[in-house]
Amino acid sequence: MKQTPEKRNALRDTPWLDPEQTPHVQLLDIRKNYGDFTAVDNISLDIYKGEFFSLLGPSGCGKTTLLRMLAGFEIPTQGRIILDGEDMSAVPPYARPVNMMFQSYALFPHMNVEKNIAFGLKQDKVPKAEIQERVAEVIELVQMQKFAKRKPHQLSGGQKQRVALARSLVKRPKMLLLDEPLGALDKKLRQDTQFELMAIQEKLGITFVIVTHDQEEAMTVSSRIAVMDHGRIVQVATPTQIYEFPNSRYVAEFIGEINIFQGVVENSDSENAAIISEEAGCRVETGRSTDIAENAHAWVAIRPEKFDISTEPPSDTRVNCMQGEVWDIGYLGNLSVYHVKLDSGKMAMAVRTNRARSIESSITWEDRVYLSWHPSAAVILSN
Amino acid sequence: MHSRLSAFNITALVTGFAFLYLPIVILVIFSFNASRLVTVWGGFSTQWYGALLENEGIRSAAAVTLKVALISSTFATVLGTLAGLILARFGSFRGRTLFSGMIYAPMVMPEVITGLSLLLAFVALAIDRGMMTITLAHITFSLCYVAVVVQSRLVTFDNALEEAAMDLGATPARTFFQVTLPVIMPAVVSGWLLSFTLSLDDLVIASFTSGPGATTLPMKIYSQVRLGVTPEINAVSTIIVGLVAGGVIIASLIAKQARRDSDANHP
Ligand SMILES: Nc1ncnc2c1ncn2[C@@H]1O[C@H](COP(=O)(O)OP(=O)(O)OP(=O)(O)O)[C@@H](O)[C@H]1O
Ligand SMILES: [Mg+2]
Repeated sequence: MKQTPEKRNALRDTPWLDPEQTPHVQLLDIRKNYGDFTAVDNISLDIYKGEFFSLLGPSGCGKTTLLRMLAGFEIPTQGRIILDGEDMSAVPPYARPVNMMFQSYALFPHMNVEKNIAFGLKQDKVPKAEIQERVAEVIELVQMQKFAKRKPHQLSGGQKQRVALARSLVKRPKMLLLDEPLGALDKKLRQDTQFELMAIQEKLGITFVIVTHDQEEAMTVSSRIAVMDHGRIVQVATPTQIYEFPNSRYVAEFIGEINIFQGVVENSDSENAAIISEEAGCRVETGRSTDIAENAHAWVAIRPEKFDISTEPPSDTRVNCMQGEVWDIGYLGNLSVYHVKLDSGKMAMAVRTNRARSIESSITWEDRVYLSWHPSAAVILSN
Repeated sequence: MHSRLSAFNITALVTGFAFLYLPIVILVIFSFNASRLVTVWGGFSTQWYGALLENEGIRSAAAVTLKVALISSTFATVLGTLAGLILARFGSFRGRTLFSGMIYAPMVMPEVITGLSLLLAFVALAIDRGMMTITLAHITFSLCYVAVVVQSRLVTFDNALEEAAMDLGATPARTFFQVTLPVIMPAVVSGWLLSFTLSLDDLVIASFTSGPGATTLPMKIYSQVRLGVTPEINAVSTIIVGLVAGGVIIASLIAKQARRDSDANHP
C-alpha cells in the first residue's frame, strides 16, 4: 500500500497503528508468581522503537515487577520477552542491552560522579579516551559539569537523579527503564525534569519505559500509557484516548476527575445509542452506536470540563441535560469547580475556566443550575 | 542534653575512668622506671625497652605472636566476610537458624572449653601442635567476630547498588569486587583489626593449642610474671597496650566514616 508523506509522518509518531512496523520489545503472555500470589497476570504488550511508554497504576499492581522482568532481575514464571527479535529469557541482566534508572538512584557511594557514570563503560572495556569523551558528553547532557568530582553524598536529590539518569544513558541502551524516577522531587522540579526527560528522549531516540503512579506525569510525558490493575493491563492507548475514551470505569475513574451515572441502554443498534439514566435525570444521547445490548445496564461517563453550566435552561431539558442545586463552589484561580446536587440526589462535578475577571460570579451557592453537554462528550461504559 | 557537668558528674567520671585506667597508667609509668625494683620510682629511663631487644625469649615470642595474629586475622576476615554475606543475603535456606546460631557460639563459649575442644580435635587428627595449631585456633574464634561485624553492615546495604552494577554490565563476581566489597570495606577492615587484637592478647586458647617451640607473647609474659614482675615485662606490656589501643581507635574511626557515607546515601 502506497502511503502519502503526511500519512507516513503520522505513522512515524504512531507506529502502533502501522501494521508494517515490528515492535521493539514484545511481552508474550508474561506471568509472574510469588508463591501462590500472582503479581503480574498474563500480560501481552508491544512497545515500539522510540516510544515513551508509561506503566500507570495504583500501588502494588505489579508495575515494578514488570519493569524488573524487562531488566532481567526477575524471571517470568511464564511467557517470553522479545527485544529486537531476540528472546531475552535466558539473558542475565548484565548482558541485556537495557539499562535501568532506580527509584533510590543507587549511586555507588564510594565513587564520584564521573566514576559512577563511567562504571558501565568500564565493564565493556571501552578504551579510556572514548570513556572520557562519552562521560563528558552525558554529564553535559544532564548539566552536571560543575559536580563531576563530587561524591554522591555531596549532592542534592535532584542532582543525584541527574547523575543516575546520565549513568543509565551513557551506554546508549536500546531501552531505558525508569522506576518512578521523579518520585523524590518536589512538584516544580518534577515538572521541569519531565520536560527535560522528554527532550533527552527525543534527542537520543531511545525507547523509554517509565513506571509511575502519578497520572499527570504519565499524561505529560507518554506516547502511550498502559493502565494496570492487579497485575493486569486494563487499557493501552495514547494519553488523549485514555482520557477521552476510557474503556472501563476503572480507567475512567483512575485518570482525572469524571462523573459516572448508571442507566439502561435504549436502541443500541442505531447510530445514536441512548441511555436512560435516572441518576442523571435525563436521556443521554451519544451520537454513536454501542455494542452493549439493549436494556442492559450501562454507565455514562462525562468529564467535569465538558459541561456547560448555566442558570438558564437549554432548549431541550430532557436530553443531555441535568438539573440541580449548587452545593459547593471551589475557586482554584484559573478554574472554578461546581459541586451540584442533582434532583436524583447524586452529586455531579462541573468545571469552568474563569475567563472573565469578575468578583461575583453569576452562579452562586444554592442557585438552580442546568448542566448540559454535547453528545460527543459522553462515553458509554459497560462495567 | 546540654546541662553542664555538675560536681557529682565530674567525680563519677573521674572515679570511673580511674578505676578503668589507673592500673594501665601505672604499668606504663613504671615501664619508664630507671630502678630495677618494680614498685620504687628511680627516675626516668628507657633502658627496659632497650633490654627487650636483647631478650631473645621475648623477641621470638613477639615474632610468633605477630605472625599468628597477621595470618589468623587475615584468614578469619576472608572466611568471616563470606559467612556474614551468606547470613545477610540468602534470606532463608535450610538450616539457616542452625548456621547463624553456630556462627555466634564461639563468642559465648567459655574460652577454656573452646581451647580444650580444639586441643582434643588436634590430638584426634594427629596434627603436630605448634604455631600452625595456634593460628588455626585463632581463626576459629575470631571468624565469628568478623562475621557479626560484616553482617550488621550488610543489614543497611542497599541491594539496588548490586542490581545497578549488574544492570550496567558487571558480572556477579565483578559486582562483588567493584561495588559490594568497597562499600562494606570499612566493616571488613574493622573486623580484621578486631581479630588481630583478639589474637594478640589471647592467652587461654593459645596455651591449650601451642606446642613446644611456639610460645606467644602473652604466654611468655604470664610465665615470667610467675617468677616476679620485671620492668621488662612492663615495657612489653606497654607496647601491647599501644598496639591494641591504636587498633581500636582506627577501627572506630573507620566505622564512623562508614556510617557517614552510608547515611549520606539515603537522603
Ligand atoms: N519478592 C517478592 N515476593 C513476594 N511478593 C512480591 C515480591 N515483590 C513484589 N511482590 C508483590 O507483588 C505485587 C506487585 O509489586 P510491585 O512492586 O510490582 O508493585 P508496584 O506496582 O510497583 O507498586 P508501587 O507503586 O507501590 O511501587 C505486590 O503486591 C507485592 O507485594
Ligand atoms: Mg514500584
